[in-house]
Amino acid sequence: MLTYLRRSAAQLVFVLLGIALINFFLLHLAPGDAAQVLAGESGAATPEYMEALRRQFGLDQPLYIQFLRYLGNLATFDLGYSFRQSLPVSELILQRLPATLLLMGTAIGFALVAGCSLGFLAARRAGKLTDTVISIVALLFYATPVFWVGIMLIVVFSVILDWLPVGGMTSVEANLSGLALVGDVALHLVLPAVTLGLFYLAIYARLMRAAMLEVYGQDFVRTARAKGVRPRRIAWRHVLRNALLPIVTTLGVQLGSILGGAVLVETVFSWPGLGRLAFSALFQRDLNLLLGILFCSSVVVVLVNIAVDLVYTLLDPRIELG
Amino acid sequence: MSDPIPADPVLAVDGLSIAFQTRRGLLPAVRDLSFSVGRGEMLAIVGESGCGKSLTALALLGLVPTPGRVTGGAVRLEGRNLLALDEAALRHVRGARISMIFQEPMTALNPVLTVGEQIMEAILEHEPVSRKAARERTLALLERVRIPDPARRFAEYPHRMSGGMRQRVMIAMALAGAPAVLVADEPTTALDVTIQAQILSLIDELRREQGTAVVFITHDLGVVSRYVDRVLVMYAGRKVEERDTRDLFADPFHPYTQGLIAAQPRGLIAAQPRGLAARSQADARLPGVARERLTEIPGTVPALAAMPPGCAFAPRCPLADDLCARTVPPPRPAGSGLVACHHAGESHAI
Amino acid sequence: MALPDTASLPPTRTDFRDRTVGRLLRRPSALVGLILLAGILAMAGFADIAFPGDPLDMAGTPLLRPGDAAEFPLGTDMMGRDLASGIFHGARVSLLIGGVAALVSLVIGIGIGALSGYYGGRVDRALMRVTELFQTIPPFLFTLALVAILQPSIATITTAIGITSWSGLARLVRAEVLRLRNSELAQASIILGASDARIIFLHILPNTLAPVIVSASILVATAILTESSLSFLGLGDPNVVSWGGMVGAGRETIRTDPHVAAIPGVAIVIAVLALNLLGDGLNDVLNGKGERR
Repeated sequence: MLTYLRRSAAQLVFVLLGIALINFFLLHLAPGDAAQVLAGESGAATPEYMEALRRQFGLDQPLYIQFLRYLGNLATFDLGYSFRQSLPVSELILQRLPATLLLMGTAIGFALVAGCSLGFLAARRAGKLTDTVISIVALLFYATPVFWVGIMLIVVFSVILDWLPVGGMTSVEANLSGLALVGDVALHLVLPAVTLGLFYLAIYARLMRAAMLEVYGQDFVRTARAKGVRPRRIAWRHVLRNALLPIVTTLGVQLGSILGGAVLVETVFSWPGLGRLAFSALFQRDLNLLLGILFCSSVVVVLVNIAVDLVYTLLDPRIELG
Repeated sequence: MSDPIPADPVLAVDGLSIAFQTRRGLLPAVRDLSFSVGRGEMLAIVGESGCGKSLTALALLGLVPTPGRVTGGAVRLEGRNLLALDEAALRHVRGARISMIFQEPMTALNPVLTVGEQIMEAILEHEPVSRKAARERTLALLERVRIPDPARRFAEYPHRMSGGMRQRVMIAMALAGAPAVLVADEPTTALDVTIQAQILSLIDELRREQGTAVVFITHDLGVVSRYVDRVLVMYAGRKVEERDTRDLFADPFHPYTQGLIAAQPRGLIAAQPRGLAARSQADARLPGVARERLTEIPGTVPALAAMPPGCAFAPRCPLADDLCARTVPPPRPAGSGLVACHHAGESHAI
Repeated sequence: MALPDTASLPPTRTDFRDRTVGRLLRRPSALVGLILLAGILAMAGFADIAFPGDPLDMAGTPLLRPGDAAEFPLGTDMMGRDLASGIFHGARVSLLIGGVAALVSLVIGIGIGALSGYYGGRVDRALMRVTELFQTIPPFLFTLALVAILQPSIATITTAIGITSWSGLARLVRAEVLRLRNSELAQASIILGASDARIIFLHILPNTLAPVIVSASILVATAILTESSLSFLGLGDPNVVSWGGMVGAGRETIRTDPHVAAIPGVAIVIAVLALNLLGDGLNDVLNGKGERR
């Protein structure tokens, strides 16, 4: 366990260093000098501020000194200042992070539960009509761009049926609190979470089906049948748990991609999370903010991956952390 | 068909045929196989890989995997034809009246469940007992199969155990319902020689104590010779000879059986008195250095799709003539059992 | 130099191709994929003939619905641009960016995977660390940042997608190379004194072809999805029409004219679906899961 923690910490440090390097490289790739980039370009900042920035980042000094300074800033979680938003980048990110995590968590939960159930069903009815229908639906969702799903869901459920809100996280004008607020947020959450979840639902359904069928062919399933275990119990107790293992692994690998999907979904539904922040940073050319988001979301990926590792050890007794 | 029928057969297989469903039709893999086993008796089914012995073992529990299927015959367990039962009824028989242990103890246990849970399941699926009672019985079973420190091993996962230990767990699981018949499909093949002997003598001992009939599937005549009462030799899906062990080793009738016995290391050929585990261990270590040159049977088993019309062994047999090439020899009584050869007893050619 | 034992060499390219194509065509899903893909290729090829003129120009009355006017079978958007023309010309952009971006990540992925798997040790550890890094950074956000900084154009979008999507492939190739490196053929070549480059290019990489071909089709599909997402966000090349950009433009009118956003989305789905079906089919055939009896 201790070895595992040490290794995770080392990995975290390496990833942070790597991203810092990439970010630093990107900053210098951008047209104009880094101070302009950091200030948000197009003369939004005062000349005094620009001068302060140049000094702060030592732009007159060699590159490696600049990089070391940049690292020093990151180490103290100083991601710089967003001149556009008039707030420190770290504060902006922390403000928006919970909304994104809520969206991602709900979407992943939905995708896992629905996707695994569909895959489970398809595997148990392999070769039958149910299986074919599920496989085709999964294939379609897997090919559909997230943003388009979002728009189409809005057309159907908000415009035509008028069941669910078009976007946002709360009904601003209602000024709700307590349980009513929770309900309101939940209502706003449905479409974005389903939109983001459908693509991953398709992946998990396909993966689950394949994994179940593979596990069904293994010796211990034959053993279970030979001792007279009921088919339903074989499916739930013997096959399902083993089939979940590749799902958990895939979930870990895909976290980064899910976060990317969240950017699109948040843009479509005006969900006030990191993705929407990134989108506005993009168009205000607030590169410092954009790179800060890139940095933080990578950190989130590493941290959630550690959590996924822990879950994996709970599911598979053969794996011991170390 | 006359068989060396035991006085009180627990398991009687009659005319069992199994075939593979292929695009070009049915491909027979086991043909017209009959045998029976009595209470507390141990029968070995011996043959090369692909002769249909494992398929037969699975058929006894109604577990023939697709694309294979049983195409005829009956498997009577305590008088009831298992092949006529539906899946739900079969389930109540499996693990309760007939159970099975497999070749690979490494993969035959579920890696994510503790061994205790897996043994308990065999009890709970068949009997209306409390979890507590099932746990007590599981601990007793673990002790029974000589697993040290059962209470600790109960909560252990299979990957923490050695192959021999796992095979003991498999045996405990198979015995959980006190079955009338235990089918053992090469249970020692994947194990070290010393462990092999331990597992064999454990099975031997348990069948004596509990009166369980054992069908022991193996490709290695030598390994089981000192434990089994009778030997059934299969070749290319058919029974070619079935005899009491002692008789078979003393005077094998079928040329294929003769070849099999000649292929054994010398020290193991004679039917030996059922010895102590220690002794069998010493014997079992023989191979390699002390082994004399083995007489191999020339040629190979014909493919399922290219079975000759007559005796399947004819292409490899030194005694074969026109008759053998044309007609399948029917089993006929010989000595203490049966042999299926036109020329059985004419000469010991091999 | 004499090659050791030709019998153990991989099948020559022609019989490999013959068998593969034949078996692919016998699979309904792969066949559907191939037909759809051929359709999209045809659209891209005949875009200039079927719809001469810039698809970004106003062509008729804005917001015509499909069927309203014979010369605009799919209708027009709020700027009066012909949707059908956009779909045809957009096919070019999607396929071009998808194909080239996949090529870029193939080169990087195969390169890193092969070096890592072949040399092992410190090289492997270092390269795998980098791969891990690229796997951790959310790829879409990374692409977004790259394109935003480099200014969107076909070249920068292609490069950015290529740079951010090779990590999975590198791992795959590494695993394959690791396996093949220890094969008898590779070992024999090492003993015979063949150069590393010769062994990698002649004996190892050709044998990783099957899984790489499968991933390539998926890579193209993913690249098309990423490109459409970028242009949906407004980060597409402003000088060319793109399906994602069309969906983005159609967003403005979803309350009154949802077809403007719906139609280009269907085109994306079909293109990606075609490549996924093809990938599935190739996977079944090449990796031996197929040939159900």
